[in-house]
Amino acid sequence: MSESTLNQRKSNWLPFTVEVEPRLTPPPAWFSWALTIGLIIFALLIGALVIAFAGGNPWAAYSHIARASFGSIGVLSDTLVKAIPLMIVGLACTIAFRMRIWNIGAEGQFFLGAFGASAVVLTPILPSDSPQWLFILTMLIFGMAAGAIWGFIPGYLKAKFNVNEVISTLMLNYIAVSWNNYWIYAVWTEGGFQMSRMFPRNAWLPRLTDFADRVPAFGGLTVHFGLVLAILAAIVVWLILYRSQWGYEIRVVGDNPPTARYAGIPIARNTVLVMMLSGALAGLAGMSEISGVVHRLQGAISPGYGYTGIIVAWLAKLNPFAVIPVAIFFGALILAGREIQPSGIPKMIQGIILVCLIASDFLMRNKIRIRRKGEA
Amino acid sequence: MEAVQNSQEKPIAVQMSGIVKHFPGVLANDHVDFTLLKGEIHALLGENGAGKSTLMNILAGLYHPDAGTIVVNGKICHFNSPRDAIHAGIGMIHQHFMLVPSMTVTENILLGLEEPRFRLRLPYYDEQISALGERFGMKVDPKARIWQLSVGEQQRVEILKMLYRGAEILIMDEPTAVLAPAEVEELFHTLRRMREEGKSIIFISHKLNEVTSIADRVTVLRRGKVTAAGLPLAGVSRAELARLMVGREVVFNIQKKPVQPGEVVLKVENLHALNDRGLPALRGVSFEVRRGEIVGLAGVAGNGQRELAEVITCMRKAEKGHVWVGGEEITNCNVSKGIRKGVAHIPEDRNHVGTAPNLSVTDNVILKKYKEPPIASGWMLNHVAATGYAEDLKKGFEILVPTVETPVRLLSGGNLQRVILAREISAQPQLLIAVQPTRGLDVGAIEGVHRLLLAQREAGAAILLISEELEELIDLSDRILGIYEGQIMGEVTDGNIEAIGLMMTGTRLENAPVSQEAHHE
Repeated sequence: MSESTLNQRKSNWLPFTVEVEPRLTPPPAWFSWALTIGLIIFALLIGALVIAFAGGNPWAAYSHIARASFGSIGVLSDTLVKAIPLMIVGLACTIAFRMRIWNIGAEGQFFLGAFGASAVVLTPILPSDSPQWLFILTMLIFGMAAGAIWGFIPGYLKAKFNVNEVISTLMLNYIAVSWNNYWIYAVWTEGGFQMSRMFPRNAWLPRLTDFADRVPAFGGLTVHFGLVLAILAAIVVWLILYRSQWGYEIRVVGDNPPTARYAGIPIARNTVLVMMLSGALAGLAGMSEISGVVHRLQGAISPGYGYTGIIVAWLAKLNPFAVIPVAIFFGALILAGREIQPSGIPKMIQGIILVCLIASDFLMRNKIRIRRKGEA
Repeated sequence: MEAVQNSQEKPIAVQMSGIVKHFPGVLANDHVDFTLLKGEIHALLGENGAGKSTLMNILAGLYHPDAGTIVVNGKICHFNSPRDAIHAGIGMIHQHFMLVPSMTVTENILLGLEEPRFRLRLPYYDEQISALGERFGMKVDPKARIWQLSVGEQQRVEILKMLYRGAEILIMDEPTAVLAPAEVEELFHTLRRMREEGKSIIFISHKLNEVTSIADRVTVLRRGKVTAAGLPLAGVSRAELARLMVGREVVFNIQKKPVQPGEVVLKVENLHALNDRGLPALRGVSFEVRRGEIVGLAGVAGNGQRELAEVITCMRKAEKGHVWVGGEEITNCNVSKGIRKGVAHIPEDRNHVGTAPNLSVTDNVILKKYKEPPIASGWMLNHVAATGYAEDLKKGFEILVPTVETPVRLLSGGNLQRVILAREISAQPQLLIAVQPTRGLDVGAIEGVHRLLLAQREAGAAILLISEELEELIDLSDRILGIYEGQIMGEVTDGNIEAIGLMMTGTRLENAPVSQEAHHE
């Protein structure tokens, strides 16, 4: 039971010893952000190493990524298009994680949101010549409602029967994908292809390029109204978390459930409500993607936005406004990554960032001290 | 009482002398001498924090003493680990059992032994363990898995584990705390059998009735010092033991203005509740607290105090009985109704219940006010009003923080308690439940808390003060109730410390309310 041997790794071949001690006082606030930036650089360095091993030139690869995602107004617009769903899904995860509900089901809620929005056009709920504002508003409501239902199920199971939400939300993702597949294969298929017919123009979210006749510079820019929705969502999530009574309850429950119980805050009800809001936001991301980019319901609408959103929320330290730049960074990785390799390296860098992020928590809690041999 | 007559003739099994043990800020053992004879049951009596467990952990090889010597069977011993102690024939049975739930009794007993080298001949060992159990009157199925056993049976496995390792000296750390009355009888039977076989047993307890019915001699500790060494129990009264345990100190009285108690605010009637393990914690508690009085609740930890506070604040369900606050029944209502009725609660656990550590001072002081204007406005929080409110409390209660946006986990214990007191008292409660309000605070902070509680009393609040600090109870309370195993043992109004000690150790005073459930003695 001697504690002194626990924290010391004896290494005889090094001229110094590395000691780990727990921090008694918390690190300053800037440390956490500095650490985040540091670990991104660290992850890029590991990525560079791998690229070099694969026979590529890391510097060339990275500068190509930078050029291909931020190099011109055109590619910047494409980066933003990729970033929009990540922003909204990141916000969905932020609000759930704030209450320490681990919603891994944003992917499924995203698919349900896409389904709900498509149903407005394809069922059809609105006649195809309805005005654009009515189409978008109704798709918004249906998409968010469908996502909210998909969030309600695990939320209710957790609140009522204490079912682990990690498992239930993850499983519901597979059901959501299959549910969508049923509709595109069997009901809304267009001539036997696994996709629905194209939505009418008035069911599209407005894009910058749509205004090219008035502002010629907008020509070819596909960034759409979803960006406005994402920024609005960030503001709303921030207002809820930091300026509303409900958000206050969420933060208390998330920080210390016994305190919430002591203060009479209803934990079960908030669990259901937060899962529904989280689901609704992920559903909004699905709606914005389907109505702003894809313009039809089909199978491949998400390259794992629901999962990447988890990383985005963590990297943004569950701060709603920080979600936006982080999502843009990941949007760039997705877009430009495709230029150098369809899947490998960029995905790997994402993974390394997440691993470093989780590992960096150790540095938040512990100090590393390097001592030269012989020093006491 | 079955005290052994000629104890002088028995050989000495253990001789501990001059044991000193420091912990940061506490002198847990202050030159403690302790002598254990062969073939006796020796009780070690004392309040929480008296140093009983520390002394025994030293004997069992878990702690190193700062000074002092241990002689076992005539040989000086230096234990570096429990393994060394077991080698010398000393085994300790802790309150929390150390068993692997999914393994069988035999497997648990063999665990860590070198004996079955490669092939586990379980049936052979099953038989051995069965026989060992029978020898000491303990029935245990060696093939049963631990999770299938009751707490009493698990304790038997722990005892068998030590006997199997050849322990001659058994240390039992509050062995009856987890047992049902019938199981206590069985345990006592086993202990007597072991004494007959020549084993020595150290019985740590703070229950006088158990000590007097099982032990031959007793050593009493108080604040790390021995107040009675190896006293033969024959001919010692319970009152004397209680006095040795709690002491008789010159009590410094703080200025307490006379307040005429007003109408009844809290009325508790025949309250029953379970603890976290589902065992009865409250067994028919009834009492009243009036406006302008402080009622102290004295008791050794774990006798139902925490559960009582939780039931009154609606955090725990009552199985039976009633709680009225200000004439309105609040039994089993939800917590927020209690808060609205003016019940304030200073919880035992400041860090894990009383505050949300990563949230700011502001967020923590509005915990029970965030739904009331001006802090609430519609569904929003008025951030300016909340910050202003926090600033006012920071000044009024002298909370030492750089800004009210500081997370409370950075606050010292005394400051954190001031945050909680500020929040609870500023609500102008009609009933204040204070649980261990000064535990772990320094002298200055304690005085501050005391002054705030007395000010509330003068302002007309009814206060229930639950504490293990007897001096604090006597200083502050108008009346003191004693609680023991979930029952009120009586009431003391004159600060008679001997009577309080008796109540805490399970003796019912004449003025005790009649409980609706028979006492198991």
